[in-house]
Amino acid sequence: MKRFNIYVTSKPVIYDPAGKAAENALARMNFEGVERLRIGKFIEMECADEVSLADVEAMCDRLLANPVIEDYRIEEQ
Amino acid sequence: MIAVSDFRFGVIIFPGTSCGQDVVHAIRHLGFDADYVWHADSSLDGFDAVVIPSGASYGNYLRSGAIASHSPIMEAVKDYAELGKPVLGISNGFQILTEAGLLPGEMLQNKSVKYVSKSVQISVQNNSCQWLDIAPGTELTLPISHGFGSFYVDQDTLKEMEANGQIVLCYAQCDCAAADQEDASCSLDSIAAVSNRQGNVLGMMPYPERVTDGIAGTDGGAFFSAIVKHIKEVA
Repeated sequence: MKRFNIYVTSKPVIYDPAGKAAENALARMNFEGVERLRIGKFIEMECADEVSLADVEAMCDRLLANPVIEDYRIEEQ
Repeated sequence: MIAVSDFRFGVIIFPGTSCGQDVVHAIRHLGFDADYVWHADSSLDGFDAVVIPSGASYGNYLRSGAIASHSPIMEAVKDYAELGKPVLGISNGFQILTEAGLLPGEMLQNKSVKYVSKSVQISVQNNSCQWLDIAPGTELTLPISHGFGSFYVDQDTLKEMEANGQIVLCYAQCDCAAADQEDASCSLDSIAAVSNRQGNVLGMMPYPERVTDGIAGTDGGAFFSAIVKHIKEVA
């Protein structure tokens, strides 16, 4: 069994309204010093041993991330 | 030549599509024929035009339209569009078309973080696509209903789209500089609808089918009538 962790984040140029709303809420709750907060996706995947990193990259390119607005990073556990 | 009443629209239904019946009703109200196509089907034979209605296909899990864009019927839609045949995506249907790569760009969450459901003024920017024959500058009153309606595309692609006349509709009253305003999706350049380069594929955030039969308005009928007129002219 292989395990992959995939982090999908919006490209820096993309405005992240949900992140901005959470950042503003923290400020209202008197948590000081938060300068930038971005919300992305974290995907945990368990795979058969024959699934390669290249396979997971193909999954990200075709479905799990959208290259127009998102970047991704894969960690094999 | 196709007789008007014989013109047959295919209306694609995914799990979670909720506006298919409205689209079929609107098309039949205009005197054209319409039938449902299930997402697991793989053929669009016999349809003169295809509409992908709105709703929340596959619960909009992952990203709006992402999972639907890999449904079996979407391979047929890609082949159909490549042949130059007409495809219209409405709201979630627009998102499915961008995810499928049939239209440029992607929809982001509204900058207000609010779901916007209201009637808005929409301005015609360009009418070179097959789904519209109304003069640029004309304003239409159309309903929008979306949480992810902020169109994004990179600047190079945007310039190409402008040069090719692919920006079809814009919100008439949207100040995109005011990112915290309550009532707008704050779409890039106020974009509400875009076409592909060939002009046969149109994606639009407003819902034309809701203002076709006269109960809430009639401005939406123009899109369905325009494609019938276009296909009859080229047939």
